[in-house]
Amino acid sequence: MNFVYERFLGGKNGAVAIAILAILILVIFPLFLDAFRLNLVGKYLTFAFAAVSLVLLWGYGGILSLGQGVFFGLGGYAMAMFLKLEASDPESTKIQTTPGIPDFMDWNQLYELPWFWIPFESFTFTLLAIILVPSIFAFIIGYSMFKRRVGGVYFAIITQVIAVILTVLIVGQQGYTGGINGITDLKTLNGWDIRTDSAKLTLYFINALLLLGVIMLSKFILTSKFGQLLLAMKDKEDRVRFSGYDVSNFKIFVFCVSAVIAAIGGAMFTLQVGFMSPSFVGIVPSIEMVIFAAVGGRMSLIGVVYGTLLVNFGKTGFSETFPELWLFLMGGLFIAVVMFFPNGLAGIWNKYAPKFKFIRRMNLTPDKAVLDAQIAPAVSIAEVTSDLVSTSDEKPEGAKS
Amino acid sequence: MTTTTDFLLAIEDLTVSFDGFKAVDSLTMYIDKNELRVVIGPNGAGKTTLLDLICGKTKSSSGSISFKNKEMTKMAEHEIVRAGIGRKFQTPSIYENLTVYQNLEVSYPEGRGVFGSLFFQTTDEVIKRVNEVAKEIQLENFLDTEAAILSHGQKQWLEIGMLLMQDPELLMLDEPVAGMSAKERDETAELLNRICENRSVIVIEHDMEFVKKIARKVTVLHQGKILAEGTMEKVQADEKVIEVYLGH
Repeated sequence: MNFVYERFLGGKNGAVAIAILAILILVIFPLFLDAFRLNLVGKYLTFAFAAVSLVLLWGYGGILSLGQGVFFGLGGYAMAMFLKLEASDPESTKIQTTPGIPDFMDWNQLYELPWFWIPFESFTFTLLAIILVPSIFAFIIGYSMFKRRVGGVYFAIITQVIAVILTVLIVGQQGYTGGINGITDLKTLNGWDIRTDSAKLTLYFINALLLLGVIMLSKFILTSKFGQLLLAMKDKEDRVRFSGYDVSNFKIFVFCVSAVIAAIGGAMFTLQVGFMSPSFVGIVPSIEMVIFAAVGGRMSLIGVVYGTLLVNFGKTGFSETFPELWLFLMGGLFIAVVMFFPNGLAGIWNKYAPKFKFIRRMNLTPDKAVLDAQIAPAVSIAEVTSDLVSTSDEKPEGAKS
Repeated sequence: MTTTTDFLLAIEDLTVSFDGFKAVDSLTMYIDKNELRVVIGPNGAGKTTLLDLICGKTKSSSGSISFKNKEMTKMAEHEIVRAGIGRKFQTPSIYENLTVYQNLEVSYPEGRGVFGSLFFQTTDEVIKRVNEVAKEIQLENFLDTEAAILSHGQKQWLEIGMLLMQDPELLMLDEPVAGMSAKERDETAELLNRICENRSVIVIEHDMEFVKKIARKVTVLHQGKILAEGTMEKVQADEKVIEVYLGH
């Protein structure tokens, strides 16, 4: 019991923070938001999975991936393929040339289901695929890069390129993927209509609970020796290597874990929003995910959830009133956060919360990791850019990044 | 090929060349069990490169490095460490954001795999070992201190402590007293004399006063080759050595 408390919740501070978040997303939002807004929050919370994955990978691991959208997309598409097959039963597609296959295949002169679609008729396979496809993909990328000690800006660029390639592939192979429109008109999950308000409410809760679960699992990883090694590697990679650790294995693992977390978010996105399209795979969504993490505080698993919610509420609010201004605002926000609040919302909380008496009385000390990051002198634009610029091989021994 | 010897470390005919420049040139050198060897030499003599070669940071062009009669030149860095070779870098290489305790704990040679580290438990034995080592390096009162705010000398000791956690059979120290105060140098000399009791130590050093305090056997490197080898007195009297050090 104590083990669970310390490792999965992160002691008293962590437990309180998770409890507050749980009350917010499990009680307050469902009580006070209408069905439409709640579904919107549900969608935002699926992005929070990607932001949490970046806390592990970028915040602690120091590995900036500009391609988390790839994994979000892989999870989302896996779920969408299953739902699409279920929606494409011969009865409802009988006007097609080939009934029983997804409509976009029919439009693109495909006369039978492609081989890689067939296993997605099974829900069990689909659930496995949501976990395994992203982790295998991340393993291949991670293995080929980290074993060769590719890091920093090169890794960021390559992940970004992969995001572009996947987008181009999906858009180009319209008959197999649904193309630019994505996979739409999803109706039921094992016969359960996911478009009704009650189904959306259920999915919202499943999503919220999964997110809390993922946060706790991440907490477990970060409070282990593994988590300490990540911080150690970020600081002095060579020292870790020459202490007998195979650094690349740790990086590959954290990359795979982050891929799976993002993919779960993607799958939940498809379920709640009812479609999946390449616009959630490419560069723009991938960078947005980095912004969510930066705004929330990339060292804080809880902070990034608030960061994601805040940016997305802002996005929805602003893009309804000033659609063309939103992108500039988002860019400006990112620059401002990096310049003035390098630890995001979590950093602001840790700095100002102790000033309030009632918070002090609760005897909560600020999040240790975030505080550490604040103490470290180089946390600033310099560090964000150094994540981009530094490569392990070029860095002189002991040089402070 | 590797010859079987009684030496802990046998370096034979080792060469590394960077674009034709031989930083270490057909070097042969043997280190006994429980020996403390000091390597000196002018700048660019190949001292640090030699350590880089032994610990696998730099791959050799030819020759062999045999540790306990096992060839090291083809092994990955972490495998060399696990075989029992620890190396301290020239500038203190510690984890600034972790506490002294965490720095030492992270260096404990268990839970070295991905899954091992996820389920690694801090047992009483780990805590005992951390405390022992902290005492040895005089940081027992700083266990909860952020490593970043230690003094330069304390950082150097902490890194030595992190190596001691692994209990290596061969410890290599690259200029351990650079930038230290006189008092810290004396204390480091004492520390080295204590820790070399059950292991072999290779020290690279410039500071002759310090070398005299610890040295039993000295190797002088010059342009990637051994210029002289022997006791401090013998080496200091050697004409070639005098020329290299004073003749410029």
